[in-house]
Amino acid sequence: MKQWIAFWSILNKDIRTYYLKPPNMSWGIIFPLAWTLMFFIRSGGEVDLRTILPGVMAMAILFGTTSLLAVTITFEKKGRSFERLLLSPLSLEYLMLAKTGGAILFGTVNAFVPLIMAAFFIDMSTIAWLPLITGVVLTSIVSTFLGLFIAVAVAEVFEAQTFSNFFRFPMIFLCGLFFPIERLPVFLRPLSYILPLTYGGDVLQGAVNQSARMPFLLSFTVLIFFCAGLFLLSLCNIRAKWIV
Amino acid sequence: MDEKNIVAVEARDLAKQFGKVDAVKGATFSVLEGEIFGFLGPNGAGKTTIINMLTGLARPDKGQISYSGHDYTKNIKKAQHLMGIVPDESNLYPELTGFENLCFCASLYGIVKREREKRARELLDSFGLAQAANRKFGGYSRGMKRRLTIAAGVIHQPRILFLDEPTSGIDIANARQIRKLISSLKTSGTTVFLTTHYIEEAERLCDRIAFIVDGRVVRTEVTTDLLRDVQGQHIIELAVSEDLKRFPEGISEEFGDLAFDMPSSNTLRAIAESRFPLGPLVRFLEERNINITEARSIRPSLEDVFVQITGIESDRMKTEKERKDKQ
Repeated sequence: MKQWIAFWSILNKDIRTYYLKPPNMSWGIIFPLAWTLMFFIRSGGEVDLRTILPGVMAMAILFGTTSLLAVTITFEKKGRSFERLLLSPLSLEYLMLAKTGGAILFGTVNAFVPLIMAAFFIDMSTIAWLPLITGVVLTSIVSTFLGLFIAVAVAEVFEAQTFSNFFRFPMIFLCGLFFPIERLPVFLRPLSYILPLTYGGDVLQGAVNQSARMPFLLSFTVLIFFCAGLFLLSLCNIRAKWIV
Repeated sequence: MDEKNIVAVEARDLAKQFGKVDAVKGATFSVLEGEIFGFLGPNGAGKTTIINMLTGLARPDKGQISYSGHDYTKNIKKAQHLMGIVPDESNLYPELTGFENLCFCASLYGIVKREREKRARELLDSFGLAQAANRKFGGYSRGMKRRLTIAAGVIHQPRILFLDEPTSGIDIANARQIRKLISSLKTSGTTVFLTTHYIEEAERLCDRIAFIVDGRVVRTEVTTDLLRDVQGQHIIELAVSEDLKRFPEGISEEFGDLAFDMPSSNTLRAIAESRFPLGPLVRFLEERNINITEARSIRPSLEDVFVQITGIESDRMKTEKERKDKQ
């Protein structure tokens, strides 16, 4: 069986039917704009775009990937079309990589929308591109797999959104992108270090503003562990919950 | 079993429990290559659970599943390329066209683009959907959806096709067309595993039938052999003007050679091994103020066999079916 044919076909279908749909594409534009505007108003017009750029990029990835993946998988599961995929001879690992591939690409593209917008206002020559791209891709993967974990845990589409927020909002406030970890209450600080966005956001801070708290290599390693852990956990949950 | 008969699927002692409920309690049966095998039973009998175990959507707690003599119990995934599955509800993508849906389903089995497009066109043509090929699946009628779902189940040319309630909830014309398609699949050599609530459908289509009740296969037989058991019977159905709450008093004693059945409150059936005079029975009923409005001879059917074997009135199956359709 040529598994790559099935893999590509699922990925291609998802990109066409979900990620290239105008309402979903608008996530990539409206979301970063709204966040930037929020900071602009809050700072009374004194906002430093360079400072908030890593945060906006990370948010665009996190919200774009988790929302869309959790919803599309729950939607397909509810409509039973996901059953068709489970009944195909494609291995579960390949199948879930194909299903998440579109969201990873979507998250990556989403992250570059604020960057392109910022290019009109800030000097990009100091940006460390290799760590930035690696950080964006790894953050997209880890956020997508978090979306997958959420999708497997819920049964209804609305539950997917509610459950996503249970992870997303604490992450925004604890990851150090908008509120420095050092300024968080002592008892909350350990929590920051068990959130994948802390490491993804730190890489983006380091690449854009040269102000990373941790070495890139450490953040990349932790992100890879999070990716593998969330993916394997999701596969176990699928086997336990959907193949009863 | 005939020596030339090759077993396509074999289930041995399959059991499945959901919580404290025993959904399947040791089901054993085999499906022969090239036949249409019917699985007949009321709702909740365990039909869908058995299909799910055979196709890989559920893990059996106990038992063995073999395809073409190979044991796949522990890894059904490896046998999934052999099977096509058509569930009781269409599970294609509403946002894709009929053609795109078929091509997508073929790609899941590793079929290259040119070949899958060729097969999709052929199937759309033979399933009478060529005109709707470029329309979104979401806009199809129920019958068209059903036909396309069956086409999607056979696009990779599976050795065995699982059909779960293929004609449930669709109009007569579409149901007839689907039955014709199922028969033509058999002609082309595909083994068909069919579950249905419709006894007449099973009688018309299936080479062999298994009756399943409360998670157990109670009998598996060649359809013609099952019918032979009841073919010698003579049944007269009497429509009566009164609503009968029970059998008229003394009827069994008066007509000791006849057996009686009451399919509905104003229908009475008299069953005998040979022809019998109707006059005494009519008089007996009229003396008890039960007027007969119609009398007709009934051909014994698989329904009678089903009732005989399972003890379940076919009305219960119909009622459950109607309830399921409404849901």
